[in-house]
Amino acid sequence: MEKQLQLFDPMIIRKDFPVLSQKVNNQPLVYFDNAATTQKPQIVVDALTNYYQNYNANVHRGVHHLSQVATAAFEESRDTIRRYINAAYTHEIILTRGSTESINLVASTWGRQNVKEGDEILITELEHHSNIVPWQMLCEEKKARLRVIPINDDGSLNIDAFHNLLNSKTKLLAITHVSNSLGTVIPLKEIISAAHSNNTLVLVDGAQALSHLKVDVIDLDCDFYAFSAHKVYGPMGIGGLYGKEKLLNEMPPYQGGGEMISTVSFEKTVYNELPFKFEAGTPNAGGTIAFASALNYLKGLGIDAIEAYEKELLDYATQRLLEKSNIRIVGTAPGKAAIISFLIDKIHPYDAGTILDQMGIAVRTGNHCTQPLMQRFGIQGTIRASLAFYNTKSEIDSLINGISKVEELFL
Amino acid sequence: MKIEETSDTIINEFDSFDDWMDKYNYLIELGKSLPMIDERYKVESNLISGCQSRVWLHAEFDGKLVYFTADSDAVITKGIANLLIRVYSGHSPQEILAASTEFIKEIGLTEHLSPTRSNGLLSMIKQIKMYALAYKTMQAIDN
Repeated sequence: MEKQLQLFDPMIIRKDFPVLSQKVNNQPLVYFDNAATTQKPQIVVDALTNYYQNYNANVHRGVHHLSQVATAAFEESRDTIRRYINAAYTHEIILTRGSTESINLVASTWGRQNVKEGDEILITELEHHSNIVPWQMLCEEKKARLRVIPINDDGSLNIDAFHNLLNSKTKLLAITHVSNSLGTVIPLKEIISAAHSNNTLVLVDGAQALSHLKVDVIDLDCDFYAFSAHKVYGPMGIGGLYGKEKLLNEMPPYQGGGEMISTVSFEKTVYNELPFKFEAGTPNAGGTIAFASALNYLKGLGIDAIEAYEKELLDYATQRLLEKSNIRIVGTAPGKAAIISFLIDKIHPYDAGTILDQMGIAVRTGNHCTQPLMQRFGIQGTIRASLAFYNTKSEIDSLINGISKVEELFL
Repeated sequence: MKIEETSDTIINEFDSFDDWMDKYNYLIELGKSLPMIDERYKVESNLISGCQSRVWLHAEFDGKLVYFTADSDAVITKGIANLLIRVYSGHSPQEILAASTEFIKEIGLTEHLSPTRSNGLLSMIKQIKMYALAYKTMQAIDN
């Protein structure tokens, strides 16, 4: 334990992330846009480079040496991903371009097969557009109804409303694990168990969760879990969908092409087994291998240690922000992840973000792809600082100084 | 004053600033001093899409020259709108269409020109030119 704590010195960890040591506008970069995408440790960059330098080949195709090495590394990476989220079988991990594609995959296959006219799909007010629009499209096509679980003023889910909305027509609950805008962590176990008692399946949008907390799909008992590598210190353009074996087997394929077939004739095609049935075309092998190296890196740091340190950072940032009487934090649900959305009284988020950028501080401003959530709070958008384990308290001090500068300019 | 003369003046103004703070201070001042658009023109149809902040742009044509007014809920955006109005307002549709947008780069606001989802500078210029094109077409038909 002591070794792990010693390892968890952010100043040492930062050395693993070369991108963080640069200056932006002549100031040391303060990167607080981790909910948009996380930075990559050198080991992930190396894994990607190593793949293309030394063993790039199309996987599952060739009998030759390189193809075998690449295929072995690719499938081993799939298993690393499986172990990281504790899925039962490696073939329950479908590799996709990211959470968005994973959700669309379920909507297009399971959704088209199972959702009928008059059925209901349940989402929450917290959802990212990518966990709203695919369901909206499905509902439109099937004449089904999209229903929305409201949240409380602190950004936590209104559990009573959830229970009231569940009914015999509710086919699916599509719900975020961690809100990208507010940081709210959903008490999934309780919710999934209630949904299952109602014969409602549950898809979890885990895009924001994997980097902040321990995810165990067996313990959660979710039916689908969508995630993106680039939000967990891995490369862009790769991600995954966990699905329970039985469901995945019953679902029709997503896209047609190579890899997803077993035999093809012009009269009839027999589809391949899991997971390949859902992976048409040449996969992003290098990206998958680099994704696995990111997960191994996180495992090395220890997700418990990460969670503890991020909580310390979040508490410090919250306290420093609240020292300013003109700052309002949007989203104060207990036990939330290290994401803080806030507003400075009488200053537009865009103005604040522009000036902070001049000082080398990267925050996100706007609606964070959650327009309905912003409407819920009656605001156009927020300033969002989303923290990662490589951030430091001194960077939070820089943000606070930056905000003072913003106030000086605009007030 | 011709469009190029105004934009040259603006380039000179920005050249005199030593650091980014001065530059933004100036933009903020411009933003605060921008004559508000007439309330009745702050409507959905005058909203420019593609901006993180809301920007309303209103155009009027007296048969010869085009006049613009604008407003935004963000001060920096308003400052930029003010610069654009100074350059393009009060000119003929032909002049507006022919004018270069190089001055934006020269005053060091290129970060506002990048086609990101967050800012509306490009959209504002596009909208200004669209109005000019529409009025030019109107003129041609009337003649």
